[in-house]
Amino acid sequence: MTADKAAETREARMEEIMPDKRINIKGLVCPYTFVKAKLAVEAMETGQVLEVLLDYEEAARSIPKSMEDHGQKVLKVEKINETDWVLQIRKEKE
Amino acid sequence: MMEFTDDQLLRYSRHIILPEVGGRGQEKILKAKVVIIGAGGLGCPVGYYLTAAGVGTLGLVDNDTVEMSNLQRQIAHSVNTIGMPKVESAARTFQALNPDVNVVQIQQRISKDNILDLIKDYDIVVDGSDNFPTRYLVNDACVMAGKPLVSGAILRFEGQVTTIVPGEGPCYRCLFEDPPPPGLVPSCQEAGVLGVLPGVIGGLQATEVLKLILGKGEVLKGQLLIYDALKTSFRKVKVPKNPSCAICGENPTITELADYDQGYCAMP
Repeated sequence: MTADKAAETREARMEEIMPDKRINIKGLVCPYTFVKAKLAVEAMETGQVLEVLLDYEEAARSIPKSMEDHGQKVLKVEKINETDWVLQIRKEKE
Repeated sequence: MMEFTDDQLLRYSRHIILPEVGGRGQEKILKAKVVIIGAGGLGCPVGYYLTAAGVGTLGLVDNDTVEMSNLQRQIAHSVNTIGMPKVESAARTFQALNPDVNVVQIQQRISKDNILDLIKDYDIVVDGSDNFPTRYLVNDACVMAGKPLVSGAILRFEGQVTTIVPGEGPCYRCLFEDPPPPGLVPSCQEAGVLGVLPGVIGGLQATEVLKLILGKGEVLKGQLLIYDALKTSFRKVKVPKNPSCAICGENPTITELADYDQGYCAMP
């Protein structure tokens, strides 16, 4: 790896947001996926970031939408392997 | 914020996902204490829905027993509980729906001597009584104790709901100064009621209670909502606070509670 490339990778890593809280809701289906995520956000401070690991595809679409409807900021929706998604949500309001 | 059990997450999920309720709102509901005067036509649906919603403590005040003629509208009772105190019959039904709820059975007739004591441990009072003397007594006691009161009434095809928040809005006496004389109140033979009517009015009362608990939306403060089941129409009438009201006015003339004549027909 060249020096430039290594710097770039470091930079990309710096941009990765460290979540303040992580929840694993694999195995859950709607609406409990959103219930769990919403309760987690409610318990956090404004500005903090929640990371959600889930394996229910519909929730990977519906949770971000519902969170935005509730005024929160969706930072990331990423399929990380065959079965799982990772979401990051920043709490913008109570 | 409280930790919900798995059962609570499932039971209350449709509340929790509402932005106006959420986990915090559901926690408020679970901690709320509501007392219902009357376990009849109105008290049954109000108590049933508040039980389903998870209200922490539900007081039921009623001195009657279940009769066959109640079952056309009083949905918490059944042929299996005829003869049983209504508070016990309703408590069984509510506990079967949601064992989380602490249903307190108060098998007493309300009077000037016990009402303040009966309501003192509760946050909100619901009037589902079937007679004017009780209605005025409950109003006066709630004004004196500063307790929010959700009042409902039904007759034939018409029902009314209003929410009294002492110190903020008018009370029942601002609306109707005194109980009507017994002769003007329909006799038992004349006083029919469509069985579903208390379901509509009780549902509205339960909604008012939940909004008071949550502190969300607008309650019927200073407003009387009138439902006409025959026309399927709702009307809202503004009710101003009466500055010379005998109980909540500037110079109240009622300073202690009184029992009114009981020469009225018992209906809901």
